[in-house]
Amino acid sequence: MSSGIEAQVLQPYKYGFVTDIESETVPPGLSEDVIRLISEKKGEPAWMVDWRLKAYRNWLKSPEPHWANVQYGPIDYQAISYYAAPKQRPKLDSLEQVDPKLLETFEKLGIPIEERKRLAGVAVDAVFDSVSVATTFREELKKHGVIFCAISDAIREYPELVQQYLGSVVPYNDNFFAALNSAVFTDGSFVYVPKGVRCPMELSTYFRINAESTGQFERTLIVADEGSYVSYLEGCSAPVRDENQLHAAVVELVALDRATIKYSTIQNWYPGDEEGRGGIYNFVTKRGACRGRSSKISWTQVETGSAITWKYPGCILQGDDSIGEFYSVAVTNHRQQADTGTKMIHMGKNTRSTIVSKGISAGRGQNTYRGLVKILKGAEQARNYSQCDSMLIGDRCGAHTFPYIDVRNSSAIMEHEASTSKIGEDQIFYAKQRGLSAEDAVSMIVNGFCKEVFKELPMEFAVEAQRLLGISLEGSVG
Amino acid sequence: MTGKGKRERGKVLLEVRDLHASVEGREILRGIDLTVRAGEVHAIMGPNGSGKSTLAQVLAGHPAYTVTAGRVLYEGHDLLGMAPEARAREGVFLAFQYPVAIRGITNAYFLRSAVNAIRKHKGVEELGPVEFMDALEEKLKAIGWDSSYLSRPVNEGFSGGEKKRNEILQLAVLDPKLAILDETDSGLDIDALKTVAQTVDKLRRPDNATVLVTHYDRILTHIEPDVVHVLAGGRIVKSGGKELARELEEKGYDWLREEAVVT
Repeated sequence: MSSGIEAQVLQPYKYGFVTDIESETVPPGLSEDVIRLISEKKGEPAWMVDWRLKAYRNWLKSPEPHWANVQYGPIDYQAISYYAAPKQRPKLDSLEQVDPKLLETFEKLGIPIEERKRLAGVAVDAVFDSVSVATTFREELKKHGVIFCAISDAIREYPELVQQYLGSVVPYNDNFFAALNSAVFTDGSFVYVPKGVRCPMELSTYFRINAESTGQFERTLIVADEGSYVSYLEGCSAPVRDENQLHAAVVELVALDRATIKYSTIQNWYPGDEEGRGGIYNFVTKRGACRGRSSKISWTQVETGSAITWKYPGCILQGDDSIGEFYSVAVTNHRQQADTGTKMIHMGKNTRSTIVSKGISAGRGQNTYRGLVKILKGAEQARNYSQCDSMLIGDRCGAHTFPYIDVRNSSAIMEHEASTSKIGEDQIFYAKQRGLSAEDAVSMIVNGFCKEVFKELPMEFAVEAQRLLGISLEGSVG
Repeated sequence: MTGKGKRERGKVLLEVRDLHASVEGREILRGIDLTVRAGEVHAIMGPNGSGKSTLAQVLAGHPAYTVTAGRVLYEGHDLLGMAPEARAREGVFLAFQYPVAIRGITNAYFLRSAVNAIRKHKGVEELGPVEFMDALEEKLKAIGWDSSYLSRPVNEGFSGGEKKRNEILQLAVLDPKLAILDETDSGLDIDALKTVAQTVDKLRRPDNATVLVTHYDRILTHIEPDVVHVLAGGRIVKSGGKELARELEEKGYDWLREEAVVT
């Protein structure tokens, strides 16, 4: 052993349990019939089915992308079941009708959805496999005009809003995985914040994959009308399984004049074991459109889970003076691979974007930052600041950075900083010499490294993120 | 001096016997013998490459060094069998020659984590941020710092002198039984040296001990050592009183090097 700092023990994934619940699963395979079946189960209107079918036909024609710096065997899309739901799904008028096993599952995950145990100031939409099982504070939010519900409910209850915005940021033919999602998406959240309203609480969705051989294809749509503000957080986890499970989500955000959307993700899908068996393929398309003047979209992500992560939450800065932000911490331990970053497309005048990316690699993990900053011709006085830092723990992991810059307006101001550091024996020894344990030392050094990102998270979740980071890296230092 | 009189000798805190240690296969320490009693200040002097810093690092448990022979007892326990953090929690402190930076972590947080790790080990209740800050105020004043240093990241962007002062602040806060100062005096201007030395001197008590590893006798004009050792070629070649330090300053180390070869 050349270095004392190396992956030694696998810390068991703490969210890997399976809930024993009877579920209704559509047989594996994808066809127009399956799509019609899913749509029917959800009681969707005709326009929705048509849209799904268009997406499906497009998907059939598009090639699976392989430009990312990740490696995996072929995915058999016909072996995946595209719909799984706990049986006897009640009409969710009251939480008392929710299967106690589901309540228990979410409670075990630290997401209490029962009335008496709810998190103060946080409304939760809980999604289990393909369906939303409960949405808390729905009525309370309604008093402020805020719509927060499962997207399946929104399609039925607010068809005009959904039709107006769905696919307007990520079209059904955007890319292979977005097309697949558009064809088969099952649940996810819908948020609409009306003009001038500051959403009175944090909104959050917790996604749980439970059933075997299924994929999760959720779709989230958030619309912030003029002068409104909303902060939204998503979390997720899945049981330990030997098979790889596909998670191909699409998230669309729309911010109108002077609206602000703050979107935070704590991604903790099952990462696979130390040899790379099992784990979630997290192939996700997230994009926000700053459509209005002085609008702002801020992405913060803490990515600790998944066998493979492929996602680039971006901002299209259409409105003049609009702002896009991307703060990211991505951790790869054992055999995890991540290819993640952002796209900032500057179209409006005086648009500004900030990118702060922190990649941490341990074990045999491979971590890639990939980002595009594009300044279009009309984007006078656009500014971007990018900072990409990589940290290596041990000598068998890798960090890679691919920043793409495309500037077509000479008034643009671009700044880019990058660094790579190795968590050194000297740093750990220094902390140990002051009495700290190796785990605390690593956790402290890593948290310090990620501080600029963590401070962007809502307070309630910053602590959770720090804890999660500690868990993901536990055992990575000998 | 007359007022103090001859102190009673304290109990043995550190006992080093025939210590051999190597780094990357190269033997640096070749049989160190050293006894430090409670209440004493020892100065370890010697030319560059004599093994002074290696001795300090080995006593603290740096993983890059391999002990090949000998033993070290600390309060009668096998020090070499203890993990670095266990040594620290039992009261062994090393002021680093090259203090390490930790970005994003404030000095205050780092210090409090260290204090609490030690308190936890002792079974004493851990300190909250507010109580800790109150306790810190005085120590800060002693080294001539205002609290703005506490909100800065650990050693990040610190000048050489600031880093050394920070080590002394940590020393003052953690209040160890055995403090090993590895060239804390190098890179300090005269005023900083005085502040650092006075702080260390103030911490002297009958129940603790200090080992000062130094190249120059400058610091010894502020902190009076009980014993001065000269390290050369990985061995202690001469030990004596404070007058030995003066002698070294005047004559250099060469005469001792010859002596080392003879023995």
